[in-house]
Amino acid sequence: MRKAIWLAPTLYILFLVLPIYWLLNMSFKTTNEILSVFTLWPQEFTLDNYVKIFTDPTWYNGYFNSITYVLINTSISVTVALPAAYAFSRYRFLGDKHLFFWLLTNRMAPPAVFALPFFQLYSAVNLFDTHIAVALAHTLFNIPLAVWILEGFMSGVPKQLDETAYVDGYSFWRFFLRIFLPTIAAGIGVAAFFCFMFSWVELLLAKTLTSVAAKPIAATMTRTASTAGYELGLLAAAGSLTIVPGAFVIYFVRNYIAKGFALGRV
Amino acid sequence: MTNKTAYPKAWLFVLPVVALVAFNALIPLMTVVNYSVQETFGNNVFFWEGVKWFEQVLNSERFHASLLRQLAFTGIILAIEIPLGIAIALTMPTRGFWASVCLVLMALPLLIPWNVVGAMWNIFALPEIGLLGQIINGMGFDYNFTQQPIAAWFTTILMDVWHWTSLVVLLAYAGLRSIPDAYYQAAKIDGASGWAVFRYIQLPKMKRVLTIAILLRFMDSFMIYTEPFVLTGGGPGNATTFLSIDLVKIALGQFDLGPAAAMSLIYFLIVLLLSWVFYTLMMRTEEQ
Repeated sequence: MRKAIWLAPTLYILFLVLPIYWLLNMSFKTTNEILSVFTLWPQEFTLDNYVKIFTDPTWYNGYFNSITYVLINTSISVTVALPAAYAFSRYRFLGDKHLFFWLLTNRMAPPAVFALPFFQLYSAVNLFDTHIAVALAHTLFNIPLAVWILEGFMSGVPKQLDETAYVDGYSFWRFFLRIFLPTIAAGIGVAAFFCFMFSWVELLLAKTLTSVAAKPIAATMTRTASTAGYELGLLAAAGSLTIVPGAFVIYFVRNYIAKGFALGRV
Repeated sequence: MTNKTAYPKAWLFVLPVVALVAFNALIPLMTVVNYSVQETFGNNVFFWEGVKWFEQVLNSERFHASLLRQLAFTGIILAIEIPLGIAIALTMPTRGFWASVCLVLMALPLLIPWNVVGAMWNIFALPEIGLLGQIINGMGFDYNFTQQPIAAWFTTILMDVWHWTSLVVLLAYAGLRSIPDAYYQAAKIDGASGWAVFRYIQLPKMKRVLTIAILLRFMDSFMIYTEPFVLTGGGPGNATTFLSIDLVKIALGQFDLGPAAAMSLIYFLIVLLLSWVFYTLMMRTEEQ
């Protein structure tokens, strides 16, 4: 029995890893090999696909563009969400519950609905094809999420902490920055992780709001797939590289990841 | 939730959030509302049309078909991912090195850009060059997801299970970790069966996180666009054309702004209504 219990997670992880392995496998093959023979691992191992990505500006700029708007988005979302989440977790005010639900409704808005109006809005304010446009557009779903997560973590901190600090003569902002934020550091990390994640994986809006200067890597990939024919190896290499930043940030939040996915409400 | 201080000035704390979200939500929403009641022949000339587009969309068989496909897809993936996620969370290591390894590996699919997920599954499932395609055909089935609707559905669902079951696992795992060991010891003393432990200790403790899981999976699967679009392009035919794919086809492909806008609003309202039901249920369990 003890042994059998390992079987389910192991099989599941195997199922998760197989498509990723296949992508990596493809990325080390030549286009010729991909299309002519079926092989479980590369027969003519090549790094050409990666070399192409690291030397061609249209490719590597895609990564810089993506990372730039993701980082801008994460900083904006978390910064504005912090005071708001504090207000929701500590105070009652006019329309607080309705406001909270309204924020959440924006997490429910299908990006397909907003694609065209976003294009028009950001063109009208002259932000089309800039990193900041994508970063701002992604706050639509990231701010509600950050508020939701942070509110969960903050509600787990007893109110006595606030009250003791005021008795000790702390001003509100000094308390907030010096005592409260360090207390919920894990929550901030998790919120930042989620903002990073959802901004990094979203493509529809990012693609709609950019053309050349701020084009995300994911969009560069779709273009290559359609215009340059069937360069599968290159596509696979580009895809494999998009997994790296995600794997990198997971490592930092690995101990909080489960609690984070429960939006701090456990 | 109960002992909060009344403090009207707390509005100042939420003002930046409200300003940013309102800019991103209200202006585009009003644009959509504008389009939904007007007809245009280009050149920025608009004519008032009232509810014509809404009637057209609500009566169109195409919309009914996409909505039905969407509901079927969401229903199927919820029916697979939620029980599977719970099962994996119950059987995975609880703490220590292997628990971390499991968590990191399981979270990996969640951080892959959605079009890469679609492209990856395309390469993985193609009958000639894909591992999955080769395996299934090797077992004697005739499988080609670019031509057979059933194979396309199978692949799309498998892709979504691959992509998102981990979210349910992580949530259920977090819920399970919040159960004090004393509960299990008490159950052991009482001689409770494995099923009784699950039914009366683990499941009630996971209720809250599972509601979050269902809410998130419902919302996200209902909005799914990029992954199936890259994988199948909505085909073969219209077999995997879900609501978002159909909407983008109408809005950006055919540039029928009026019907597209009306459809957007109906679509948004459906998501909103169903999410509101889940949200109310969730808040009720939270208050208990």
